[in-house]
Amino acid sequence: MACIETRGLRKAFGKTTALDGLNLKVEEGRILGLIGPNGAGKTTALNAMLGLIPYEGELRVLGRDPWSERDQLMRDVSFIADVAVLPRWMRVSQALKYLAGVHPRFERAKAEAFLAKTNIAHDSKVRELSKGMVTQLHLALIMAIDARLLVLDEPTLGLDILFRKQFYDSLLNDYFDRSRTIVVATHQVDEIQDVLTDLMFINHGRIVFQCSMEEFESRYLEMTVNPEKAAAARELKPIHERQVFGRSVMLFDRVDRQQLAAYGDVRTPSIADLFVAVMGDQAGVAQGAA
Amino acid sequence: MNTQANATTQTGIQSQAIAPAAMSGSRLFYWSVRRELWENRWIYLAPLAIGGLFLFGFLITAFHLPARMRAAMALDPMQRYDVIAQPYDIAGGLMMATMILIGVFYCLDALYGERRDRSILFWKSLPVSDVTTVLAKASIPLVILPLLAFAVAVVVQGITLLVSSAVLLASGVSAAPLWTQLSLPHMSLLLLYHLITVHTLAPAPLYAWLLLVSAWARRAPFLWAVLPPVAVGALEKLIFNTNYFALAVAQRFTGGGTDAVTHGDSFPTHPMTHLTPGIFLSSPGLWIGLAITAVFLAGAIRLRRYRGPI
Repeated sequence: MACIETRGLRKAFGKTTALDGLNLKVEEGRILGLIGPNGAGKTTALNAMLGLIPYEGELRVLGRDPWSERDQLMRDVSFIADVAVLPRWMRVSQALKYLAGVHPRFERAKAEAFLAKTNIAHDSKVRELSKGMVTQLHLALIMAIDARLLVLDEPTLGLDILFRKQFYDSLLNDYFDRSRTIVVATHQVDEIQDVLTDLMFINHGRIVFQCSMEEFESRYLEMTVNPEKAAAARELKPIHERQVFGRSVMLFDRVDRQQLAAYGDVRTPSIADLFVAVMGDQAGVAQGAA
Repeated sequence: MNTQANATTQTGIQSQAIAPAAMSGSRLFYWSVRRELWENRWIYLAPLAIGGLFLFGFLITAFHLPARMRAAMALDPMQRYDVIAQPYDIAGGLMMATMILIGVFYCLDALYGERRDRSILFWKSLPVSDVTTVLAKASIPLVILPLLAFAVAVVVQGITLLVSSAVLLASGVSAAPLWTQLSLPHMSLLLLYHLITVHTLAPAPLYAWLLLVSAWARRAPFLWAVLPPVAVGALEKLIFNTNYFALAVAQRFTGGGTDAVTHGDSFPTHPMTHLTPGIFLSSPGLWIGLAITAVFLAGAIRLRRYRGPI
């Protein structure tokens, strides 16, 4: 059974179409990066999966319909929306007690062990904590839940680089165990490049690109082209070209590394490079159509 | 470090083995109510503070007590009761007023505040249904507050009685009339009956209305709660030149016009009060009100499902 499966998922807010027939399938044990520009429909897609909004089309998360079975689903799904949703009046100790009270898979000792590594005191209120500490607290709570699916929507928004790094390190080292599934939507693409197993670009409520990271690494190559060989390199049909310090940087899909090496310095591109290439195309198509 | 990690894994395996698939409904409800009391500590602090304030006021005027007692003994028995019972009635009345005020302000914010501060996304990330959440919130004005008001009133009245007796004894006046005229257990039962009937069951649709508006409003829930009833009342006045609606709403809030007791002129804990629960429970007004309560609460549950952060 797929962890998440959607067929023709649609959602409109008034006249704005947020999801335009989304078809996706996430198998268990994957870490999927959902990447798209602002307003692409990422948060809407995640909200639909979490049972926060009604939708049209088919959607199954862990075999359940999120909208009608949200509370049962949340026994197996954890979710960090963004940094500011923990209730500000709550004390750390109250959060621990409450979760132990309502969540069948919450293990308080785990959360406390994680908190012990931070500067967060048990009697602090959330409003007294810094932004980074609130995220640490939320992460401590989430990591103590033995969930099958973790959904992260811009989990590190507004945090400094140290916290962001720590966040994903903890997630990978202390949480992810190959049986869990993680879906993360973020703009900070490059930070999660090493974390992901799968990649999905979304725009205008549709999936415009998807592949596994293995595929990504074997298919795509980026090359800084020696100026005199630029014209020859273009013969190999790069999918994208940009100028950096007067030199051409080209992105190739399924072109042999050996073959490319003759024209310049070849390396594996970052997700951001591919994103720009794919989304740039999208924009071009949209303009061409108009 | 290593042993600690081992210990954690071990407890992890054990607790996984015994972890229930789901928490029982009553347990989820209990923790939902507890979280309301954590967030809104004034639900219990305000009655305690008002009770304390009353006792403080009573203590600093306690030196009047012997003189009042002597004057009361000269009156006929009915008036004598009224004079003796006055502080106890004030304590009871204060608790009723406190309870209504807390209930109104609590309900207006209950489903609005969590959307405004976005914490609804946290609550909804947990396996607690909208039904449980809304019913837990409704239980604050409909169960918790009446019981709290009752408990605080009884304690305050008890302390008042003991202090009065001590003051009277110290000044050489007999405290016996206090104990013969006032029966604290009887007063308490009457107070409890009054709180449940007049201040809980009768105004239940009003609290449910406030919760509904709280779940619906994108801003200014107070205005949305107040303006529509005012508009309905004004329209009725304009078109029919009557004010049944306004009267009905006001009576539900203040407790006037219910038929929970005969002898309606005196304070509800007066010993001559005759309870008529049969008439109260068989009045269509009560059941219409409770039906409206159910509809409003169902609406609030539905709205909470649809509404996200604002």
